[in-house]
Amino acid sequence: MSEFILKARDLNKFYTQRSGRFGFGTTQIKALDNVSIELRHASTLAVVGESGSGKSTLARCLLQLQPLDGGSVFFQGRDLADLPSNELRRQRRHLQMIFQDPFASLNPRMQVGEIVEEGLLIHGLGNKDERYEKALKMLKRVGLSESDMKKYPHEFSGGQRQRIGIARALVLSPKVVVCDEPVSALDVSIQAQILLLLKELQKEMSLSYIFISHDLRVVRHIADEIVVMHQGKVVEKGSIQEVYESPKQEYTQNLLEAIPGQKRQAA
Amino acid sequence: MSKLLTIEELTVATTNALDRKLVNMVSLSIEPGRTTCVVGESGSGKSLTALSVMGLLSKQLVRTHGRVLFQGKDLASLSSEDMRKIRGRQIGMIFQEPMTSLNPVLTIGFQIGEPLTVHLGYKGDVLKAKVSELLEQVGIPANRAGSYPDELSGGQRQRVMIAMSIACQPLMLIADEPTTALDVTVQSQILSLLDGLKTSMNMGMLLITHDFGVVSDVADDVVVMFRGSVVEAGSVDQVLNHPQHPYTKALLDCVPDVAGKKPLKPIDYAWLNELEVPA
Repeated sequence: MSEFILKARDLNKFYTQRSGRFGFGTTQIKALDNVSIELRHASTLAVVGESGSGKSTLARCLLQLQPLDGGSVFFQGRDLADLPSNELRRQRRHLQMIFQDPFASLNPRMQVGEIVEEGLLIHGLGNKDERYEKALKMLKRVGLSESDMKKYPHEFSGGQRQRIGIARALVLSPKVVVCDEPVSALDVSIQAQILLLLKELQKEMSLSYIFISHDLRVVRHIADEIVVMHQGKVVEKGSIQEVYESPKQEYTQNLLEAIPGQKRQAA
Repeated sequence: MSKLLTIEELTVATTNALDRKLVNMVSLSIEPGRTTCVVGESGSGKSLTALSVMGLLSKQLVRTHGRVLFQGKDLASLSSEDMRKIRGRQIGMIFQEPMTSLNPVLTIGFQIGEPLTVHLGYKGDVLKAKVSELLEQVGIPANRAGSYPDELSGGQRQRVMIAMSIACQPLMLIADEPTTALDVTVQSQILSLLDGLKTSMNMGMLLITHDFGVVSDVADDVVVMFRGSVVEAGSVDQVLNHPQHPYTKALLDCVPDVAGKKPLKPIDYAWLNELEVPA
């Protein structure tokens, strides 16, 4: 197996926007402009950028949740676009996603146990008892208990809901997990817990993460490599150390300088 | 130095359970030309403290104890008409969500001009000139006065909020998480704008935030809140570099540093409970 578990080559994605007087005209917005990334096995690749830079579009396109307008995504060497739909569906258990907003991404009418088991059910993994056991084990691993399985999402705090979202994604033993701003809606104290949990789980399950974030302080702590996006383009990529210590592009330098907390030498 | 605003033993509870104190015996003060940052996690009572200063608590909440003195006057003793004269005139306020705190059907020029008309009776060309001046001051071209909020970016909307709140040259500004919803580059612009205005207008500023990076960049004094109480207060250097309270230390330990050298350590709440942190 190659050292890269996921590769994206020359991804393009356009959105058409109405423009001009009364919206009769159209303009094309390039959300992704020839974006290529490589994710190493069992490592974390951070994708950073400001709002509108295309980082969330990239996340969705990598998982084939949105159709591409050009380019290909290779998972373990196979082009996802070439897979027949039933095979793509089979591969999806290996490609999971953790969402930003733990309040919007869990079905409020389902019990937590059902939410976590649902993926197993869809992928036809195990019988009823096995599914329950697996879901329970995963929930316990992320810090919840058996009694929580019968509860509904609204009974949990933001941090706990994010744990449920993590359990839901990881119960399928995926290989690649795309985390779209998983901690940006959380308090710093909860943020630290979730980041540490993600790191531990990565080691235990040899997960490869794509970590989408706008917070460069968080990225520094979790990622091995980094891709900086601006207006749909990759402006800089490299190892965390390279990019943080000697950023080559002006845009990256500006981003790094804008991180709050550097004007005074504090803490 | 004379105090601009003094909060003494402020306690806020819910009306249906007066012993449920959401803000508990909070005292702090603000001086002209200085920024006091209130930090804490969600639910620590930092926003409620700010809202009670402005007399904007919702009906379910009530102040059960304590005083808020603005230039020596007890704000609670004022009639609602007198309070209106202070609110927006002498104390400006910026809210967190620039998307929802502007009126979508009015131009930004009108909204910036409104406090000037209401409080100072500006109108016509004088008003127009003043609005243009304010827009320039916050870094928006004056010809955008006819724009509607949805035509502006998040950062620009927050600048409009700032222009509105400083329109009447208030003595004090209360900013509740003014940059939380913004990108880092925009955040640093807004923070330096606020910092500049504080110096040039000699305003006292009460800044509410949960971001220690922001605190270290703009604060002169820091107040740390936990479960409704102030657990630590002091100068920014004292609190950030030599924290005394275990909660402050724990909170600082879970802030990721830019250098990536410090290991993250989540807060152990069980341990804090054992220490009998006032709740």
